Amino acid sequence: MLIADPGAPMLKPMDSRTGGGQRAAGARPAAAAAPPASPATSPRPVSPRAPARSMYLLHHLLEPNAGYRRLAAWLEARPRLRRLFTAAEKGVKQEIFGCRMCGQCTLPSTGYACPMTCPKQLRNGPCGGVGADGCCEVYPEMRCVWVEAVERAESQGHPGDLLRLQLPIDHRLWGQSSWIRYWQGRDEDLWTDPVRGGMGQ
Amino acid sequence: MTREMPDARAGPPARADGRGAPGGGALRTGGPGVIPRASTFRAALQSGAFTVTAEIGPPRGADAGAIGRKVAPLRDWVAAVNITDNQGASVRLANWAGSLAAMAAGVEPIMQMTCRDRNRIALQSDLLGASALGIPNILVMTGDHPRFGDHASAKPVFDLDSVQLLWTARTMRDEGKLLSGRKLSPPPSWFLGAVENPAAPPADFRAARLGKKVAAGAQFVQTQYVFDAAAFAGWMAQVRDLGLHERCHILAGVGPVASLRALAHLEQGVPGVQVPAEVSRRLRGVPENRVADEGIAICAETIGELTQVPGLAGVHVMAVGAEHRIPVILRQAGLAPMLVTGGPGHAG
Repeated sequence: MLIADPGAPMLKPMDSRTGGGQRAAGARPAAAAAPPASPATSPRPVSPRAPARSMYLLHHLLEPNAGYRRLAAWLEARPRLRRLFTAAEKGVKQEIFGCRMCGQCTLPSTGYACPMTCPKQLRNGPCGGVGADGCCEVYPEMRCVWVEAVERAESQGHPGDLLRLQLPIDHRLWGQSSWIRYWQGRDEDLWTDPVRGGMGQ
Repeated sequence: MTREMPDARAGPPARADGRGAPGGGALRTGGPGVIPRASTFRAALQSGAFTVTAEIGPPRGADAGAIGRKVAPLRDWVAAVNITDNQGASVRLANWAGSLAAMAAGVEPIMQMTCRDRNRIALQSDLLGASALGIPNILVMTGDHPRFGDHASAKPVFDLDSVQLLWTARTMRDEGKLLSGRKLSPPPSWFLGAVENPAAPPADFRAARLGKKVAAGAQFVQTQYVFDAAAFAGWMAQVRDLGLHERCHILAGVGPVASLRALAHLEQGVPGVQVPAEVSRRLRGVPENRVADEGIAICAETIGELTQVPGLAGVHVMAVGAEHRIPVILRQAGLAPMLVTGGPGHAG
């Protein structure tokens, strides 16, 4: 009759309202000895290594225009140059944001903190398991990347960006240059306009 | 510049046909044209009555009867039961199978769906299956990381997040389309829910995040454990400022602390849950054999306080492993059994 293990705490956190942080009673403590999670399948949160303010300023310099559009089209037609350009983009963004090259950069809408470094790769906000100190539940020694994102966006007057609904990504684009896509206007369906109170504004 | 996200308000009302006592027995497993079961849980919420749901964890074993034995004592007390989806990232009997077992036992299920174990193909397929078999309510969440479960070596999926899955499900239902754009015939029908943790950082963003979920399709929400009704009321004030309580039914999560061990676990091991010092002091202030009763008393008092919070639609009781004590908690909280056939509602 009693399904839960005898002696298990009666109050067991339910799935994902906590986002975890607990082990099912009686479960083998597999995570105890081994590394907590593999960065290969569960990214580690990265605190951006550049102030939000300078990133918003830099963004103005990189906004699409006719010149960038031509450059992007020109690069795209030259595989070797495109690979070089993509490698340079990767180098810069990896160093600053821990970029993993999903190819669909959402940094401008997340205070320039990369949500793809969240272990759950959540693009629409933090899970419910953020610690009271703002730390990631999977890597408790790291700050939640969404706590960073909210702080950074709000500090620079961009809280509305966080209210955009981020649509599912295209996994075929991993490894590709997001800048080439961005300059050619192919990123336009990454997110919606901000919603407030659920009123699809 | 941006793609238009369909609005939850545009959704058609749930079909009224097929309504009856929840889980009236026979599963609707006919051919095409099967009419999905209407949600009596939804009807309870729409009636404005203070509505109660409970959490049921499926067994670790091939025994559907275990679900029936757990839900049967709750039949007169709750509008629906959540059937979890491998909760805590540990393998249990499947969410859809547990939901069917609950229906067979006469209790309406809310099938939980996490994004942890399935990509967008499997998620949409399972959602269709749920509707086809008459499961009327779906609760969408991201899911615990496998690191916390009994298969820590598993590959996490997280192809979609909870907001994206809500939006996907809403599009399937209201526009009859898959994420790919392919048409569904006939489209599914469910009452869609989400979760939120009002207590977790970043605190000021939590109500807004619920707003995103409502925009994506959430029609009801159940929260993480509430121990501090006053702090919860503060979050509800933000929710009301955004008008979310009028667009989404909000149920506060509650649960009894059964032992000092459970208390220590909650205080140290559960991110996003804060146990107020007063609760801790009360539990530690009684003899060990009275802790469980004190936990139930505290839970009942919390429910009593929550009934006074404006805009709150009800409570979701999580007493996993002690579901049989839920009627005791509700009675102590001053709530009366629900009469599922005579119109939902707590007299409490």
